[in-house]
Amino acid sequence: MNQLSEKQHMRRTKRRLFLSRFSKSIFMLSAFFGLFFLAVLLVKVVTEGIGSVNFDFLTGKLSTQPERAGIMGAILGTFWLMLVVAPVTMFVGVGTAIYLEMYAKKGRLVSFIQTNISNLAGVPSIVYGILGLTVFVRVLDLGNIVLAGGLTMSLLILPIVIVASQEAIRSIPFFLSEAAYGLGATKWQTIQRIILPAALPGILTGAILSLSRAIGETAPLVVIGIPALLIPFPGSIMDRFTVLPMQIYYWTLDASLVAEYANLAAATIIVLLVALFILNSTAIIIRNKFQRVF
Amino acid sequence: MINHELPKSEKVNIRDMIDQNQRGNSIRRRIERLIPSFLAIIASLSVLTTIGIIWTLLSETVEFFKRVPFLDFYTGTVLKPLSQNPEFGVLPLLMGTVTSSLIAMAVAAPIGLMAAIYLSEYASPKVRKVVKPVLELLAGVPTIVYGFFAFTFVTPLLREFIPSLQATNILSPGLVMGVMIIPMIASLSEDAMSSVPNSMREGASGLGATKLEVTCKVVIPAALSGIIASFVLGISRAIGETMIVTIASGSTKNFTFDLTQSMQTMTAYIVEVTGGDAASGSTVYYSLYAVAMTLFVFTLVMNLIARAVSKKFREEY
Repeated sequence: MNQLSEKQHMRRTKRRLFLSRFSKSIFMLSAFFGLFFLAVLLVKVVTEGIGSVNFDFLTGKLSTQPERAGIMGAILGTFWLMLVVAPVTMFVGVGTAIYLEMYAKKGRLVSFIQTNISNLAGVPSIVYGILGLTVFVRVLDLGNIVLAGGLTMSLLILPIVIVASQEAIRSIPFFLSEAAYGLGATKWQTIQRIILPAALPGILTGAILSLSRAIGETAPLVVIGIPALLIPFPGSIMDRFTVLPMQIYYWTLDASLVAEYANLAAATIIVLLVALFILNSTAIIIRNKFQRVF
Repeated sequence: MINHELPKSEKVNIRDMIDQNQRGNSIRRRIERLIPSFLAIIASLSVLTTIGIIWTLLSETVEFFKRVPFLDFYTGTVLKPLSQNPEFGVLPLLMGTVTSSLIAMAVAAPIGLMAAIYLSEYASPKVRKVVKPVLELLAGVPTIVYGFFAFTFVTPLLREFIPSLQATNILSPGLVMGVMIIPMIASLSEDAMSSVPNSMREGASGLGATKLEVTCKVVIPAALSGIIASFVLGISRAIGETMIVTIASGSTKNFTFDLTQSMQTMTAYIVEVTGGDAASGSTVYYSLYAVAMTLFVFTLVMNLIARAVSKKFREEY
C-alpha cells in the first residue's frame, strides 16, 4: 500500500481545505450575482426614465412627439384587460381546482387533466398568442379588442391559477370538512361555507401573482396585433386597446430613430414595475395576514 | 328549510312537516347533483385549450406543407418569405433559437447551480430568507424589461469590448436571457438538493470529507435528477422566450455561427410575421403556423424529458 508521508498528507489536506473555502466564496458570488444584476437594471431604468415621469406623461394621450406623449391609454388598456382576465381566471381556475380536489375520483382522468395542466404551463406564451389570434380574433371575429386579448391572457395564466388554488384547497385539513359533514352539511355546502373561505387567502395570493404575470406579458398581445397607432382611450371590453408592455416594446424598437423614445420606454417601465410591485406586495400582505396555519 | 311558523289552531301533522322539509331539500339536492358535472365542464376547459392549440397549429401547418415540401422546410438554409421567389427554410430560425438558448444556458446553468449550492449548503437560514425572495423578484421582471435592458444597455456595453458586434446581435439577448433563467434553475436545483437527507452529508463529513467534497461528491450526485430536470426546463424556457430576442436580436435571417450577427429566432419570426400584414391565406401566413408548431413540439418534448428525468431517476430516501 502506498503510504503518505505526514508532510504530503498535510499539504493535501491544506489544499482540500483551501479549495473548500475558496469555492464557498464563488458560490456566494453566484447567489448574489442575481441581486447585482437586478440592481444595475433598476438603476439603468430609473436614471433613463425618471425624468420623463410626470403628471402629463401619466395622464396624456399617445403622441409621435416624445415631449407630448403620455401613457393614459396604455394604463386604461391594462386596467380593462385585467377586468377581463381576473374574473375569468378566478372562475375557471377555482372551479377546476374544486373539481379536481373535491369531486373527481382519483384515477386516470384526473391524472390526465393534471398532466395536461402542467404541460400547458410549459407552453411558450407566444403559442397562446397564435391560439388567440386564430380562435378569438379570426374565427370568432372579435378583432383585436380587449375581450380577445383578455381571453387569450386568461388561457395563458390559467394553469398557474389552477395549481395555486389546488394547493390552497389541499392545505385545508380534513377535520374541518369532517366537522361540517358531521353537522349534516352537504358536500357543496361544505365547500361553499367551509373550504372556500378557508382557502381564499391562498387562492387570492396565487391569483394576484398570476395577474402580475399577465400585466407584464407582451408576446401574446403582439401576436394578436395590437397596433402601434394612436387609438382612443378604451371605454369598454369591446374597444381596441394597447397596454403598458406594448408601449415599451414599440418605443424600444423606435429608440434607434428617435433617441427620446428610449426615455419614454424607461419611464413606462417604471410605471409598470411600480404597478407590479404594488400587486406583489398586496399578495404578500394577504398571505401573511390572512392565511391561517391549521 | 323547516317552516317554524306552524298553524296554531290545527293539530300539527308531522307528515306535512316532513313533506315540506323534503320539498326544500329536493332543490338543494338537485343543486348538489348538478354541481359536479358543472365543475367537470369547467375543468375540461384546460383540456379544450390543449386541443385548441394542437388543432389550430396542426390544421394550418398541414396547409403549409401542401405548398412547401416538408423536407425543404426542415433542410432549407435560406428563409426569404417576402421576396419575389420566396424560400422557406427553417434552419436559420432553428439556428437562432438554438444559439440563443445555448448562450443563455452557458450563463444560467453554472451560475444557477452554484447559487443553488450556496443557498442549500452554505447559507444560513437568515441569508436564505433574504436572497431567495430577491431571486424570485428577478424571475418576476417582465421579459420586455429584459429586452429593453439588453438592447439599450448590454449591447452598447459589450460593444466596448467587441467592436465588431452589431447593434442587433444574438449574443446580448442570449446573455440576458441567461440571467432571466438563473432564478428558475437555482430554485428548482435548490429544492432537489435540500431534499437530500442530512444523514448522507453527515456520513461523508464523518469520513473526513471537506464541505466542497460533500457537496460535489454526495449532494450533487444524489440530487442529479432534479438538477438535470431544472436545466432542461431552463432550455425549454429559453426556446420559448420571445420579447428579449425580438428586440435585441433583430430580424435578419442569418444562417451563421457568428455570435456578433443578428439572428432571428422562431419566436421572433412569429412576431415579425403577425406584426406585418401577411395576408390571411398566403404562404407566409401559413409558415407562421409551421414555425409555431415546431416551437411547440420543441418545448413540449423538453418538458416531457424534464418530467421523465425527475420521475425516473428520483431516489427515495
